[in-house]
Amino acid sequence: MSPEEERHVIYGGSAEENLTDNPQSICLWLSEVWTPARIHPSFGTGPPPPPLRKGCPALRPCAEEASAGNSMGSVLAGIPTTPSTTDLPPRALPPAPLMGEDTDAPRRSTTAASSPTTTMMLSPIQVLCSDITTLSLEPEPFASYTEGVCSILFFREGDKGGRVVIFQREPESKCEPFSQGEYNVYSTFQSHEPEFDYLKSLEIEEKINKIRWLPQQNAAHFLLSTNDKTIKLWKVPVLMPMDLMVEVSPRRVFANAHTYHVNSISVNSDYQTYMSADDLRINLWHLDITDRSFNIVDIKPANMEDLTEVITAAEFHPHHCNLFVYSSSKGTLRLCDMREAALCDKHSKLFEEPEDPSARSFFSEIISSVSDVKFSHSGRYLLTRDYLTAKVWDLNMESKPWRHTRCVHDYLRSKLCSLYENDCIFDKFECAWNGSDSVIMTGAYNNFFRMFDRNTKRDVTLEASRESSKPRAVLKPRRVCAAGGKRRKDDISVDSLDFTKKILHTAWHPTENIIAIAATNNLYIFQDKLNSELH
Amino acid sequence: MFPKGTKRKFSDPGEEPVSEEDQVPRQSLLDMSLIKLQLCHMLVEPNLCRSVLIANTVRQIQEEMTQDGTWQIMTQALAAAQCPADRLVATEVLCRQTDPAGQSPKPCSGAGLEEGYHAEEVVMEGDVETELSSASYLAGPFGMGPCWEEEEEDGECEDDEEDDSEECASESEEGDRDHLSPDTRTGEQVFGTFEIKHPAPPPDPALEELFSDVDPSYYDLDTVLTGMQSAPKMGPYDLLESLSSHGPTALSSSSSCRSDLNELDHIMEIIVGS
Repeated sequence: MSPEEERHVIYGGSAEENLTDNPQSICLWLSEVWTPARIHPSFGTGPPPPPLRKGCPALRPCAEEASAGNSMGSVLAGIPTTPSTTDLPPRALPPAPLMGEDTDAPRRSTTAASSPTTTMMLSPIQVLCSDITTLSLEPEPFASYTEGVCSILFFREGDKGGRVVIFQREPESKCEPFSQGEYNVYSTFQSHEPEFDYLKSLEIEEKINKIRWLPQQNAAHFLLSTNDKTIKLWKVPVLMPMDLMVEVSPRRVFANAHTYHVNSISVNSDYQTYMSADDLRINLWHLDITDRSFNIVDIKPANMEDLTEVITAAEFHPHHCNLFVYSSSKGTLRLCDMREAALCDKHSKLFEEPEDPSARSFFSEIISSVSDVKFSHSGRYLLTRDYLTAKVWDLNMESKPWRHTRCVHDYLRSKLCSLYENDCIFDKFECAWNGSDSVIMTGAYNNFFRMFDRNTKRDVTLEASRESSKPRAVLKPRRVCAAGGKRRKDDISVDSLDFTKKILHTAWHPTENIIAIAATNNLYIFQDKLNSELH
Repeated sequence: MFPKGTKRKFSDPGEEPVSEEDQVPRQSLLDMSLIKLQLCHMLVEPNLCRSVLIANTVRQIQEEMTQDGTWQIMTQALAAAQCPADRLVATEVLCRQTDPAGQSPKPCSGAGLEEGYHAEEVVMEGDVETELSSASYLAGPFGMGPCWEEEEEDGECEDDEEDDSEECASESEEGDRDHLSPDTRTGEQVFGTFEIKHPAPPPDPALEELFSDVDPSYYDLDTVLTGMQSAPKMGPYDLLESLSSHGPTALSSSSSCRSDLNELDHIMEIIVGS
């Protein structure tokens, strides 16, 4: 397919055509089965919710509690829910040592009631007076009960106020059939406080830039959160039946290692080290040592006048603990091997796509700046996001991306000047892989987010909004038509896109088809209906 | 290791004659970029990535304009249109990270070209603050050049800071007074040597001086800027809005800038004293 063709197809939205022409296509799958998950309306910024136990009001269905506000003012869009039985597959989990004896634990059903198609309704969470600045999905289930299976998934959002909120998904239960798949708050804590640097008369914001779960090693879970300067390690204990609340405690504080703003943290596959990257340097830490870090990348020029490039994102390889990649504002990716040298300024591989001279403009460099880089779960591929496109790179091929570049919102190409004017061109979108590395996802404007299937090259545009979330709703694919292009019903014209509604943060659960979308200060969680039906 | 702005290849400039149509958007883009950079530096902690990207864009425009020859036209027109009292001030704005003194873009209506970024700069170098009045920007190796200053926390960098401070101090000694000749000399090669003259550079923070020459035509840019959506960056845009609505005096009386400067002067005394 020629690039023009493909561009047209991708954002012109052949998705709808696929629905009718080829029901088996992956696009149909993508659009048909994403349904919003249910969030318990008791979420709020108040005290942590009561623990998970049988009979606990937190687990009651919330149909009657539409638009329950809480004292802090967070509002939940109460959408009447249809009673739904569980449709998530049971998970066989090794019993956690803490939950050895289970007499107090609520009884959980061991098998998923094979239910007819159920739809989860969405109650988007509105976070009070803060914007979601980062999301992370915890891959490991948080607790299990000997008697049955339950899976609890956690999300974490760090918001602008330095607060981290951990959500959990309620396990299935035959006693509380409506609670399946419901999400509520597991814990919330203040991660960072604003600090004032007296020497420079600067305030260090408490806004959390990134959070990452650590791979679980024992019963407790750990997460790293960072603001501009300081990284903290937190321990998130497992909620015991006798506990009233979960108290997250800080375990380590890694401070004073970054002159510039930290933009990435990545935990190594050795589970002992992690790296933190700021605009010009990357430091390697040991999780147990807080007073020392090793500088492994330093691109600060001797003369700051010569500065033309900064580090924008960095990540460790998921399997090889010596490899990591970092991206730059010039659109290059550098794969580095820590075995080669102590200071990895010299890259092992440089991934860069040569520029198309005919497409060159004054904004070429700005839009080529990579805003996010993610390794695939297999470790074979890299996913990068720059302003207009998402690219998949094969680690073995440095000269160009793997197969095709995915145009996320190419219709913006003609509007770059005004996007530069209103600073939207500097927005940093994140991207995500699904568990099997077959689908990539990234956000866009107007609360749209896009998914691309790598194998079939099909894509879909979905919207995360309250209006589109009705009972029994599945997400409907959206289409953006170029100005002047042929327009169908429900299409959005490029000129009517809302650039204040941007989806910068998206996360995909590593093993399940659950996605978390942060739209400014709303968190949307969508689940894959189809997947559950197959079980 | 990192070539300066040379990543992208140019199409052969000889093939495309410079058209008026090309020039106008390019010029407005240039001005927009310069204003953005100034606003960047007005922030207490500017976003380095953003600053670098804008600076690279500006550099790119300058290179193209130089290749097209429009650069020379522009500087010549400036020199001709302006009375001798005018002075070019370089866009060293790009190099500064923190600048409580701020600058103001001062467009001249002469040849329809926008000018002027006064570069009374207060450069933060760790604990040291100096004033730079700059001449050239973006010369191949930067002359007095922009310094991407950062807040250095490690002790090892103090040597650099002191060196820089000496260098900058000497530059500031050259003063605002003597920039006409070196600037016009380097003006052709160097991007951003816009000059705007002001009668006498005051020893005091340049705030009054900066805004005393604000031309009403600057306010046109303001409407552009105030229309920007930028929720997190209210600070600089508020500054800009106040500039347009109240005139230059509003900013010159900004007490926070003054107190910052006083504080920094104090710190400088300590450092110099030691």
